[in-house]
Formats: sequence, C-alpha cells, structure tokens
Amino acid sequence: MERFTKLTTTAIPLPIENIDTDQIIPARFLKATDKKGFGDNVFRDWRYDSDGNLNMDFPLNAPQYKEAQILVAGDNFGCGSSREHAAWAIAGYGLKVVISSFFADIFKGNALNNGLLPIQVSPDFLKQLLTSVQENPATKITVDLENQVVEYAGVYTEQGRSTKSEFEIDPYKKVCLINGYDDIDFLVSKKDTIEAFEKERMVF
Amino acid sequence: MGKTLFDKVWDAHVVDTIPDGPQILYIDKHLIHEVTSPQAFNELEARGIPIARPDQIVATADHNTPTVNQHLPVQDPLSRNQLEQLTKNCDKHGITLYGLGHQYNGIVHVMAPELGITQPGMTMVCGDSHTSTHGAFGSIAFGIGTSQVAQVFASQSLLLKKPKSLRVSVNGTLAPGVLPKDVILYIISQIGTNAGTGYFCEYAGNVFEEMSMEGRMTVCNMSIEMGARGGMIAPDQTTFDYIEGKKFAPQGDAFAKAVSYWKTLPTDPDATFDKEYHFDAAAIAPMLTYGTNPGMGIKINEHIPETGDMTFEKALEYMDFKGGSQLLDTTINYVFIGSCTNSRIEDFRVAASYVKGKQKAPNVNAWLVPGSQQVVKQLKEEGLDEVFKNAGFTLREPGCSACLAMNDDKIPAGEYCVSTSNRNFEGRQGQGSRTILASPLVAAATAIEGKIVDITKTILT
Ligand code: SF4
Repeated sequence: MERFTKLTTTAIPLPIENIDTDQIIPARFLKATDKKGFGDNVFRDWRYDSDGNLNMDFPLNAPQYKEAQILVAGDNFGCGSSREHAAWAIAGYGLKVVISSFFADIFKGNALNNGLLPIQVSPDFLKQLLTSVQENPATKITVDLENQVVEYAGVYTEQGRSTKSEFEIDPYKKVCLINGYDDIDFLVSKKDTIEAFEKERMVF
Repeated sequence: MGKTLFDKVWDAHVVDTIPDGPQILYIDKHLIHEVTSPQAFNELEARGIPIARPDQIVATADHNTPTVNQHLPVQDPLSRNQLEQLTKNCDKHGITLYGLGHQYNGIVHVMAPELGITQPGMTMVCGDSHTSTHGAFGSIAFGIGTSQVAQVFASQSLLLKKPKSLRVSVNGTLAPGVLPKDVILYIISQIGTNAGTGYFCEYAGNVFEEMSMEGRMTVCNMSIEMGARGGMIAPDQTTFDYIEGKKFAPQGDAFAKAVSYWKTLPTDPDATFDKEYHFDAAAIAPMLTYGTNPGMGIKINEHIPETGDMTFEKALEYMDFKGGSQLLDTTINYVFIGSCTNSRIEDFRVAASYVKGKQKAPNVNAWLVPGSQQVVKQLKEEGLDEVFKNAGFTLREPGCSACLAMNDDKIPAGEYCVSTSNRNFEGRQGQGSRTILASPLVAAATAIEGKIVDITKTILT
C-alpha cells in the first residue's frame, strides 16, 4: 500500500447526499478479476449520458477540477454494497482523500485498506468547504494525517467560522497509512496466537 | 452487568486485543462468490501466502450468472472468465464450490442457511453486504470488502473494532397481508438509512419471535440498508427446528450439545444497549418505496411527502413521481420476485397464494427467480411451479439476477419495477431503471393487476 502523510491539493465538490456504491461504480463494471481500470468508470452514469457523451455539468468532468486529488461529498458517502471496487475506482481515478460529514462503515474500511483516506468533518464545516470549492475551484486544501488536521484557504468562509478542522482516525489505521502497512502483514504475524485460539474454540 | 446476544458471540471469538486498537476476531465460516473474491486470491498468490483454512470456506456462483440456459456455456466472455477463475481458485485450494447447475447452487445467503452451514453463535463473513441475513440464526454475520476477504483467506481472522449495540423492538399484532419485508421497510422508513451505522442491531419483540426463519432472514438481510453492519435475532426453538437434520448441521448427540449451548446465547434481561427503538406492530402496513434509497418508504395507500431536501427532490425527479401523490394505480410493466431478501420457499408460497387461479396482466414482464436449486426443487414438490405456469408466469433459474443487474436481467431505462429485492438506488436494476421495493405479496398482486393495487382491500375481505 502507498504511504500517506501530508497532501495539499484542490478538490472536487459533489454536494449530493447518500452517494451509494452503485453510483460510484455500477455493477456492470464489476466483471474484472483484477483491480485495474476501475477509475475509468468511476461515477459512470453521472459522468456520461445515456449516449456515452461526457456530461460537462458533472463536477468530475469540469476542467477547473481536473488536477484535484480530494473529493468533497455530501452526507452518508459510500452506503450500499460492500464492493471494494468503489474504493478502487476512486483511488484509480487519482483521488487520495474523500471528505464528508458521514461515511458508511464498509466503504470506510475498504478505503483505508487501499490508502484512500476518508475524513469525517462536521456538517457545518462540510458546508463551508463545499461552498468554498464550488465558488473558487482553486481553493487549496491541506490534509495533515500526522496531526489529524484538514485546512483550506477559504476566501468565502462566513465570518467567525474556522477553515481548519481536526479529524478522527483509528490509531492503528493511522500507523498503517503512514507506513504503508496493511492488515494482512499484521494478521499473518499473529499466526501462532490465532492457532492457539483455534484449538480452544467451540465446534460442534 | 448482563451481556447481549452480540456480546456473547463476539467475546467468544476474540483472539487478541491490540492496546488502543482493534481486536482480532476469529471467523468460523467464510462464504465467497465470483465477483468479490478473485482479487483476494490474486493478492495472496502475489505475496506467496497460503489459504489458512480452506475447509471453513464455501463458494457459490450467483452474482453474475445467467438465469436462463444455465446448462449452456455462459455467453458473456467477462462473466465466463469470472466464473472460470472461481472454479480454478477453488480447485487449486481445495475449497468446496457449488457452481452453476450444482444441486446446492444458489444465492450465497439462501444456499448457506438451507444447507445448515449457518448456525447460531458463529461468526460468518462474505464479500457481500447482505451477509447480515445469517444473523437471523443468532450468528454474527457481516459483509466485508475484498481486502478483508484476503485477510480471512490468510488468517481466518479479521481486525475489527467492536461496534456499538442497537436494539429494535417490535411488539403487537401485524395486520393480515403485512409480511416481514414490510416490517423491515417500515423500520428503515422511520429511522433512516444511516441510523445503524457503527452499530450491530438486535431485533427483539414478539413479532420477530413469531416469525419463521425465512421471515427473520428477510429482516436481518436489510439491516445494512439502515447502515448497520449486521442484524441478529436470538436463536429459539424455531431456529433449532429449522437447522435440525440439515446437511451440515451437527447430528445426533452433537446437535443436542449444540442446542444446549445455543440456548445460552439470548441477551440477558439486565443487558443494556447503546441505542433502542420501539415500534408498534399495529402501525405497520404493506410498504412501498417511492425514492432512490430504502428509507424512502410509505404505506401502500399513503401519499409521498409533499416536499423535502435536495436529495428528496433529486430522487423524485429520477423516479418521475410527484410530491403529495400516491403510488396506487401506477402502471407497472416489470415485476421481480427474487434476491437474497425474498426468494425463499415461503416467499413463493405467498406469491402463489395470490396468483392461484388468476392470470398475469398482459403488460407485465415478471421475473420469478428462486434463490437456489433447493428452492426450485421444493417449488416443484409443492406443485407451485404449476400454479405459476397456469397463471402465465415462467420461473427462471437461481441467481442474484435483477437485484443488481450484473447479468442480462436488466430493467429498461425509465421503466418501473416492483421488486422484492433490497435496494432501489439509481440504476441498481439497470441503467435508468426505477425500482419500487415491496413484499412478495405486493409484487405478486402487481403482476396480476398490471398496476399497484391496495392489497389491504383486495385480499383482506
Ligand atoms: S441477491 Fe442481490 S443483495 Fe443478495 S447477494 Fe445477490 S446481489 Fe447481493
């Protein structure tokens, strides 16, 4: 897994709530047996119309958001299916961070297992951030994983609001991301403990 | 303090606790299918790690399989490749596979319970979010991503944080025509699609106690649609009777021993939950969804709310419904009875009870897809295949089918489908398709009438 420490980049705003994994990657694209190429079909049915033409109103297609590596999305992001293809598609598209006010459980875990950082912020902070990147697509966002802080240069932020927010992350997952470790390495190193447990467990 | 059902099963599977971190949870049973497993097999191979416990894995082909002509080679080359990969991987690692055409083949969450693979007190996982279905037996069962499939392959364990506890109680008497599907759609319509996120849910109360195992599976199946990783129902005599004699159930003395352990699992009376909801069974009616998430549900004769937020407006636009209107009398050209939510024998029995002696409406394309080969066999034994045939329906072969529309079973753009599946997301049943979730009874009535009708009036006289 790729390491993640600090990132400063622009962001794509997607102010839609309950974005489910069927929207992130429709089922008809799940036929591959490797992890490659899913980025091409991320948000497929929103990015293209039914004739296969690019839908230029969709933020991902807008030239001003081309360089962005962060997605800022509405509440309850990633609900629905357990398909890790959703995380592969977002990461495969070149995004490194998703910011929302709420993430579905399975998606969150899948993202972390692929070096994609889900950052949960308050609904209020999210609103400010979305407005900032919508009104000024050049808004730079800095994500500092070490210090668990996300900050943006918000020219349009309402008075008295902070453009900086701390975020939570499981301490174990943080170590994994910073060092590029994953759970398989860890679990395999625990083989003896697992086998000892196995001998004691109840089976009928 | 007392323990919950969830606590008891969880605690019995904790291998180790990492200070300030997750726990290592031992997994008893791992179910796999063709879509979410190939990358996990590749991962292990690339790292040179063997599969730890192949005998605790069971595989089936379901998500991406045709529901007609299963005896012929699969047409779509990508799908065929995925199925071949699964067969190859299972052969190579000595994993039991119930492939296409096998007498035990079926949707993973239909097949495992009916073979007795699912048992109370177990931990079970599968790379599919509706793994929560198996919680109906009092097991901890939940969906995982492909990285976690690889972790279980490598260690028969997972690194997890213990979720919080939630209990949803429904007490009272259900009105006639109100099925388990309506109960869960009602709950989700009341508490929303993320009320359960971060929680594991227990369903309690006389309504669930009186439900069949099939009904309990329908309820637990949709736990994920309220955000909960899983749902559970305490094992009781109904559970034990269902399991007894099943192919992989403990036999003889072992069964008696198992039952005495299973009886210790229900939540202690003094146990507490982090969050609780209570509902009155009498308030529940046959349900329909009108929007693009399962929480957007109303009673069959209710009106869609007048207004809502941006998400609500977007959903209504997609569905082409108006705020304040009713769904009754909407012409429906597609009906799907199937999916791991409602494709068990009981679901077809209830559908058959409605269609018997009637004729399918000419405008309706009805796809009836049994959940497994065992369900097909049972349908035939009970003569239900004839009932459906006489009413103008054809039964398809088992699989996930139009639940996720990965195969050819896609609802055309713009068409409504009254569906017994679990998700009404945009395009879930095919690009541009419009899903209305309902019980098998409402779906059967729709197929006969060609439009949505108030079954509380038609059947309950
Ligand atoms: S029937 Fe639908 S929900 Fe169930 S396992 Fe298949 S795709 Fe998943």
